[in-house]
Amino acid sequence: MILLQAPFLNLQALLDGVMVGSIFALVAYGMALVWGVMNIINVAQGEYVILGGYITFGIYKLGVSPIYGMPFSFLFLFILGYILYRLIVFRVVDKDMFISILATFGISIMIQQFMNMFFGSQVETALTGLGTIFFFDGNITIALVKVFSFVISILGAIAVIYFMRVSKLGRAIRATAQNPRAARILGVDTEKVYAYTYAINAGLCGLAGSLVAMTYTLHPYIGLPYTVRSFMIVIIAGLGNIPGVLVSGLGLGAIEEFSAYLIGSEFRIGVIFSLLVIILVYRSKKLAKKREYLK
Amino acid sequence: MLSDKKELSGITLIILFGVLSPILFPNYRIQLSELWIFMVFASTWNIQGGKMGYNSFGNIIFFGLGMYLCASTQIAYAFDLAEWTAAGGVKTFVHTASQYFIGLPLGLIIAGLVPALIAGFLGSLILGLRGHYFAICTLGIGIAAGEFATSVSIWGGGQGMTVPVWPKVDGQDLDFLGGGMNFFYTLSFLLFVSTFFTLRWLFSTRFGLILTAIRDNEDKAEAMGIPTMRYKVTGWVFSAFFMGIAGGIYGNINGYIEPTEVAFAGATFGVYMVLMTILGGKGTLWGPIIGALVFQVFKEFFWTFFLGWQLVALGFLIIVIVVFFPEGIMGWLRQKKPAWFGEVVDSKARLAQVKINTND
Repeated sequence: MILLQAPFLNLQALLDGVMVGSIFALVAYGMALVWGVMNIINVAQGEYVILGGYITFGIYKLGVSPIYGMPFSFLFLFILGYILYRLIVFRVVDKDMFISILATFGISIMIQQFMNMFFGSQVETALTGLGTIFFFDGNITIALVKVFSFVISILGAIAVIYFMRVSKLGRAIRATAQNPRAARILGVDTEKVYAYTYAINAGLCGLAGSLVAMTYTLHPYIGLPYTVRSFMIVIIAGLGNIPGVLVSGLGLGAIEEFSAYLIGSEFRIGVIFSLLVIILVYRSKKLAKKREYLK
Repeated sequence: MLSDKKELSGITLIILFGVLSPILFPNYRIQLSELWIFMVFASTWNIQGGKMGYNSFGNIIFFGLGMYLCASTQIAYAFDLAEWTAAGGVKTFVHTASQYFIGLPLGLIIAGLVPALIAGFLGSLILGLRGHYFAICTLGIGIAAGEFATSVSIWGGGQGMTVPVWPKVDGQDLDFLGGGMNFFYTLSFLLFVSTFFTLRWLFSTRFGLILTAIRDNEDKAEAMGIPTMRYKVTGWVFSAFFMGIAGGIYGNINGYIEPTEVAFAGATFGVYMVLMTILGGKGTLWGPIIGALVFQVFKEFFWTFFLGWQLVALGFLIIVIVVFFPEGIMGWLRQKKPAWFGEVVDSKARLAQVKINTND
């Protein structure tokens, strides 16, 4: 076992994993929001992340530090999310869930292709110029940009939770999630609530994508893994369990880092998707057991 | 269900088209074979997505698997598979006619049976998932299969492998059933016909009724004593069997297998089959066939206008079809011409119904 021979590797993998996991948690938080409020699984989630990353990358190309790209990514995706809701998504809100999966899948294919046309298909990274710190005689290295993205994604998640608790729109969103009909009777404009929920989700994805651009790499076709990761995180945590999303996001990041060390990073995507199948099968077996008790 | 008379004329039309079209349009034989393969795609996807209500994005794995299995059986029957892929395949090794025509049926049989077995195993694991969980899970399986196929070195990894070419006699293509392209056209047409009649028979039995019951209310069906799991798995096994053979044939038509673009092409074929079925009408026998026909015609005639924009057009098409025509062509026909479906049309009762609907 390579992990027993090199104990520092464990710590390194854990740290890396937790830091990348915080970004996953931010994306998953957006997905949980849309899923809980609108009963839509947004398959285009990963593409919003990558698009947000490309916005930051574009600002970096202009010669500005990519850190200043974050608000632009957030805003651009917020507006795009709002427009997409008004154009397409509102038509599928009340329909069968599969229709919404397919419709958002269509959106994701389109965004992928547009990104491929505008930004090219090479792998890109936006460099922040933040340094690296070393621990234990250089056995453990931590890129400061990862710490930065960890802090930002935690702060972002906290900001959204605070917004949900305090603001008027936040309360309207929570009311709609509980019972859209009752909310409508009490004077909440649910159509507006849906639009802003979807826009906030897209904005969060944009922010996360901006962090991805600084910390990791961008490529037009790597959106789907982010969607699947956030889907996994949401079903592990359970819908509506906000601290659970954070914890399972960090956990998923750690598992992924460890598997990358053990099996090799070329299987990263294969591992994520296999993990998805395992988790879903485990979940269904557990539910089946529960049903047997009922018998 | 169409009425018997309409159905009979439909079958006659299909068979006439199948026999005459390669003679009338000899330059389009590849596209025509692809059309039959697409009809198999849509018809088998319809068992899950339409009849059973289990929307699968993963049926493509049986196609890819069948493609690889058929090609490797064809090669391994005559040569060493590892040497074949290492040497770049057809450049160094050439099949004789007898090697080719024993290897191909063997390959097609294996391409049908192994995916069917895998569907049985996989199905008993994941068909317990409901609704969107099943959809996302199969989406994951489809992508994972492509990723793992990239790392199988005996199949050429990410570079892919070539498929044996049509045997030559004295430097000339062997003249059997009019050469390679005609031969594979005939094979894909026969595959479609057998798929169609199997499904037609299947949907008319108790099995078909149970699939519909599962779609409408699975818990109720289970409560009535139907072992739903067994039926769901059997349905998937049927799909996988035909998809596997379709993969074997398509690999030979294409001549070259690549893991993510040809075999496990979830973003193109995997989406096409869903789209074709919805376009034609989910849950009907004829819907997927009409949908595949319309889609293939659209794809062949208009895809060249969207050069470089094909995927954008595809995404747009998905959104438009799913959002505006979720009932498909058959659903629209059923509304317009209920008599075609053997429904008794009473215009007074119909008007009354419309009134009730609008009052709601």
